[in-house]
Amino acid sequence: MSSQIVSVVLAGVGGQGILLASEIIAQAAMNAGFDVKTNEVHGMAQRGGSVIGQIRYGKEVYSPIVAKGTAQVLCSLEQSEALRYADYLAPGALAVVNAQQIIPVTVSMGAAQYPDNVEQKLRDQYGRLIYFDASKKAVELGNIRTANVVLLGALSTGLDLPLEAWHKAIESCVKSQYVELNLKAFEEGRKMV
Amino acid sequence: MSHLLSGNQAIARGAYEAGVTVATGYPGTPSTEILENTVQYKSDIYCEWSPNEKVAFEVAAAASCAGARTIVTMKHVGLNVAADPLMTLSYLGVEGGMVIVVADDPGMHSSQNEQDTRNYAKFAKIPVLEPADSQEALDFVKLGIELSEQYKTPVILRTTTRVSHSRSIVTFSERQTNPRTIGLKKNPSRFVPVPLWAREMRKTVEKRIHDLQAAAVQSKANRIEWRDKSLGIITHSVVYQYVREVWPEASVLKLGFAYPYPDELFKQFAAGVKELLIVEELDDFLEEHIKALGIACKGHDVIPNIGELSITTLETCRAKMEGRTLAAIPEPKYAKDLPARPPVLCPGCPHRGIFYALGKHDVIVTGDIGCYSLGTFKPLNRLDIILCMGGGISMAQGLDKAGEKRKVVGMVGDSTFFHSGITGLLDIAYNRGSSTLIVVDNRTTAMTGHQDNPGTGRTLMGEPTVEASIEEIARACGIKRVFTVNPYQVKATQEVLSRELDSPEPSLIVSRAACPLWEGKRVGGIRTIIADKCKACKACLKLGCPAIDGAGKKPVINKHLCYGCGLCQQACPFDAIVNLSEEKK
Repeated sequence: MSSQIVSVVLAGVGGQGILLASEIIAQAAMNAGFDVKTNEVHGMAQRGGSVIGQIRYGKEVYSPIVAKGTAQVLCSLEQSEALRYADYLAPGALAVVNAQQIIPVTVSMGAAQYPDNVEQKLRDQYGRLIYFDASKKAVELGNIRTANVVLLGALSTGLDLPLEAWHKAIESCVKSQYVELNLKAFEEGRKMV
Repeated sequence: MSHLLSGNQAIARGAYEAGVTVATGYPGTPSTEILENTVQYKSDIYCEWSPNEKVAFEVAAAASCAGARTIVTMKHVGLNVAADPLMTLSYLGVEGGMVIVVADDPGMHSSQNEQDTRNYAKFAKIPVLEPADSQEALDFVKLGIELSEQYKTPVILRTTTRVSHSRSIVTFSERQTNPRTIGLKKNPSRFVPVPLWAREMRKTVEKRIHDLQAAAVQSKANRIEWRDKSLGIITHSVVYQYVREVWPEASVLKLGFAYPYPDELFKQFAAGVKELLIVEELDDFLEEHIKALGIACKGHDVIPNIGELSITTLETCRAKMEGRTLAAIPEPKYAKDLPARPPVLCPGCPHRGIFYALGKHDVIVTGDIGCYSLGTFKPLNRLDIILCMGGGISMAQGLDKAGEKRKVVGMVGDSTFFHSGITGLLDIAYNRGSSTLIVVDNRTTAMTGHQDNPGTGRTLMGEPTVEASIEEIARACGIKRVFTVNPYQVKATQEVLSRELDSPEPSLIVSRAACPLWEGKRVGGIRTIIADKCKACKACLKLGCPAIDGAGKKPVINKHLCYGCGLCQQACPFDAIVNLSEEKK
């Protein structure tokens, strides 16, 4: 039963827009006629900490939380965070990773080191990897805050949801004045694959 | 029409559909979004952020005694604050339905403890309902109002982080109307618990809990799902969802209305299965009682009672019970070398200024619950003890009177000060304390996502209102030395702080600057480090600002993250940090 459930994990740093990304994926799955559950982190963990969002859809979904080793797709808004949650993924899963580094305070004060050769590590960890600078793309589009939707565009190529369901989801989840920009960001993301 | 709602959004919708007209609460993760969503129905529902949970509870309780339908919302530890009115409202009972929504936080994602609210239901002798998804969250508010009116009892609706912050599909219905005429009917023996009448009320409570037990057995919120009968599982809340995935073939007794205990259901279910397992999150609230009924079962001997449960945890439990070893999911290959990424004060946070100033003194700081709790971590490292809301002030008095050798500083936030800091302040003034107190007033209840409070001049319904003055309250309590600083001005803040730390009298410093995240704009121009002038002394890194990237030889400011507070510019001994916008002029 649970094998028919699609699980997606979003990773990143609090404040990067995981909540909206999760909402769009869930809405797209719902538009496509699936049962959907999601879970997001609020409160203290949001303050620049490492956060994950989880989305599951299928015919009938019980748990909103993804079991380790079962997610089909991981989307990470920060590159090193994609290495942190690798145990959530099923073998052969797809990872969509933003080539952005956000240095944690622990590194700045010398208590830890930011990993080197992140791309190489990601390639080693994930057989199927889409790795590009979505934040740069977003800046080119005119708003760095759309980086999450650029990544969603890339991620959408790995999920079996119709394009129309995505477009409708973006239209219903984003404030009306930003819909056009976000639809463009989504298209740009799809082109990166 | 179907909607994808979080548990908290669904509770708000449930309150609307149930005909609730008064909704109160105090913010606290994971409960906050309930009232934030209820306020969308403000033309039908009066909504307020009360100064604390006790006040919120009393406002809702009296409204229900007068016949209104009400909800009051809080996080689990908030019910400790409201426990006094809870215990006696159970005696008074209600007329209009009252649902006490309490959000527990198993796993302590955003809390200081993981107490299990189900115990309060038993303690207060009132029913508890536990939804397992958003549809049930909506339905159970309505069921709670129904039970509350039928049995004249307040009802607890207990959610958890995973119910409150998970979204699932919900169907809406029309709003019901409350048929009652609102007004407290004069009836002292019903509403005044002086011993003479309280003794009679006490008997009513006992009869009510007996009647409610029969209701729990019949309730549609409890159901037996017969499948394979070799194993039967009794479970509750979101844990039901995990159980269905880990033991898809097992029979399940799903409890949505677990107290008063539906004993007949326990007996019937236990008799129908070969082996019985209780899968509950946190305390053995069910297990202890079921065992007391003489029913053999497994429970916390195989299921952890610390932290939240998950599919992964339960799969391990199942394997162990069946004598199998589960192929371990490998730890992520590169995760162990990753830098920890704990939550930190945001770039531009005004609290950073006061912690930076405190860092220059050998003092003990008693802290409190809020964003500034994060000042405990390195490199700020400036909070020494935290207990509860308001404790930041009263604990300072405790250390002081115990004979702590170092000067004691008590710190609370603006919302926390109004919540329960004022009584501690009265204690220090009245009982001749000598602590230096700091109220970090960022003009909002920030940690929970920027809610209004008595100091902001705005209500939850969006109306302008009076702004309570922390300075005037302090003076009225009897504190003579009251000062206000702007924490972005390092030197001036340091001067006031140094002077007050030397004062033998108690003093209160208000460190006031609005949370820039709430304001939605930068404090000042983006700062940059001129590499030629930078001597790599790393003085700026002592601020623990996430916008300063210290990974390289010389620090660099990330212009996308910088909020322009200018603290780093003032901390730099070599004038190597400049304001970009001023440079351009």
